[in-house]
Amino acid sequence: MGYSDELDVRVTDTSLRDGSHAKRHQFTTDDVIAIVGALDDAGVPVIEVTHGDGLGGSSYNYGFSKVDERQLMAAAVKTARRSRIAALMLPGLGTKEDIQACADIGVSVIRIATHCTEADVSEQHFRLARDIGLETVGFLMMAHTQPPEVLAAQARIMVDAGCECVYVVDSAGAMILEDASVRVAAVVAEVGSDAQVGFHGHENLSLSLANTIYGIRAGAVQVDGSTRRFGAGAGNTSTEAMAAVLERLGIRTGIDVLALIDAAEEVVRPVMDEEPTLDRLALIMGYAGVYSSFLKHAYRAAERYGVSGAEILLECGRQRLVGGQEDQIIQIAAELARTGALPA
Amino acid sequence: MTATKVIAAIVGSGNIGTDLLYKLRRSELIEPRYLVGVDPASKGLADARAMGVEASHEGVDWLFARDELPQIVFEATSAYVHVRNAPRYKEAGMRAVDLTPAARGPFVVPPVNLIEHIDEPNVNMVTCGGQATIPIVHSVSRCVEVEYAEIVATVSSASAGPGTRQNIDEFTRTTSRAVEVLGGAKRGKAIIILNPAEPPMMMRDTIFCSLPSGADTGAIDKSIRQMVDDVATYVPGYHLRAEPQFDVMDDGTERVAVFVEVEGAGDFLPPYAGNLDIMTAAAAKVGDEIARRILATQQQGGS
Repeated sequence: MGYSDELDVRVTDTSLRDGSHAKRHQFTTDDVIAIVGALDDAGVPVIEVTHGDGLGGSSYNYGFSKVDERQLMAAAVKTARRSRIAALMLPGLGTKEDIQACADIGVSVIRIATHCTEADVSEQHFRLARDIGLETVGFLMMAHTQPPEVLAAQARIMVDAGCECVYVVDSAGAMILEDASVRVAAVVAEVGSDAQVGFHGHENLSLSLANTIYGIRAGAVQVDGSTRRFGAGAGNTSTEAMAAVLERLGIRTGIDVLALIDAAEEVVRPVMDEEPTLDRLALIMGYAGVYSSFLKHAYRAAERYGVSGAEILLECGRQRLVGGQEDQIIQIAAELARTGALPA
Repeated sequence: MTATKVIAAIVGSGNIGTDLLYKLRRSELIEPRYLVGVDPASKGLADARAMGVEASHEGVDWLFARDELPQIVFEATSAYVHVRNAPRYKEAGMRAVDLTPAARGPFVVPPVNLIEHIDEPNVNMVTCGGQATIPIVHSVSRCVEVEYAEIVATVSSASAGPGTRQNIDEFTRTTSRAVEVLGGAKRGKAIIILNPAEPPMMMRDTIFCSLPSGADTGAIDKSIRQMVDDVATYVPGYHLRAEPQFDVMDDGTERVAVFVEVEGAGDFLPPYAGNLDIMTAAAAKVGDEIARRILATQQQGGS
């Protein structure tokens, strides 16, 4: 069973959302027009455009946007001819007003993300999104932290509230092959024909594409990538490599592989400040299970306080911080600087 | 004859309502006589009966049918329920202390404006995150102009009941507005995060305030510490987790970041639930002030 009669899996490119982390939220309207235009030409079905931390993310805690995300989304909607434009929102940060504003702008897919044990905070948002005719996707973030049966139960909460596709989201890039497939399979078994299942990977253990294939084989019919791996941590699954691999596997994505490879090289790469690399801190995130978007914040705090970025991230893992707790990185770094060590 | 204590009711028998009951039982001015819920299986109602408090799962209609009505009612249900109940309390002459984010009456955060609205029929306690952070915003804005303040409240999943979860938009909206109205920031923003770590983490709050360039950081630091001490007089577990951090941002603007932790008193829920504790402790403090006022008026009446 595939995504539709025409597509076996539907790909969402999140360069312009997850990539916002790598770009420190400095995207311009021109960046968005160029990337959406190129990905649309290459047949990428869905393109996500939002502040990296979702609607309303422009803040001290996560970093201020250079250009208001609503302007960026509007530019994306205007540029896209075939692609659907998606936006991400996290309850507790974004609100129903933000979802309504997306719909007014012409965004057609809303992706609502919660930590993978807290799905019930999203119910009012899914209901609104369905009422106003948006396509809905649910993100269970940091999914590596919970066993399959917990994820399945949380997925059910989202689906009952109106979610049409639940993603298993490896926010920390900490999953290893079967970690992805058993979780996707459990969610598929739970939601059955009530909703689809998706997978979103990160490259922090160098396994994002392999994990994505495992997810697809376990029943995921929506998957995420970022062109040139433009995203948080060591980056996301490469959309162009994924498109190439899926074509070789005979899995239909509707993407023109060669056109996307060109877009990645000629359009996306020039927008990037640097390519995400699997360096020490990024690898530690996958190894310690730390939310990928903490990376740039950890670099900054390490520099500001003259302490070890690796120590900061390891402490984030020890404290079991969840996505959104970027504020604690400053506190941990300040404490490291003050004492030279951390309290037990 | 003058009553020595003012009779009060708590509506809502979840985490907040029950924790508040523990605190009001220690009050010298308030007698918490009634606890009202809607769930017969509520642990809060069972605990209340064990303490000798009249408790019912039959909702506010049961409360209005009592022979002796309360003079103060503490609402610990949800924003939607309080919007329905508020006019009935007012009509019956009950003073309402609203612990939901409904915000029908003016906001009260004790160290900022404890007695400013003491004669209003309905006062609102903002949110747990508001109670934990607005005093700090205020402590900065009383020193310098705060163009923008942003608060991040992280609470343990175990301490966030269904009311909080179903009303998360109301939390962010009400808190951000109160950061402006009471905190004194020109623009406010609020973020809430639920963390499921086991054992549960204590409530943590981070407060960011923009500062004008060249602000006297020493004076601001002192004002923040004074405020932490003031809050700790009624929430003993309220403390700084780190020194206030002063920074110059990339764009040249200046900012202070304040990190607090709230350890609860461990009344109904364990000490990790500092978010409950700061809300109920603040409501109990406001309730005491209202009761003091009611008792003084009765005495003046001299009947």
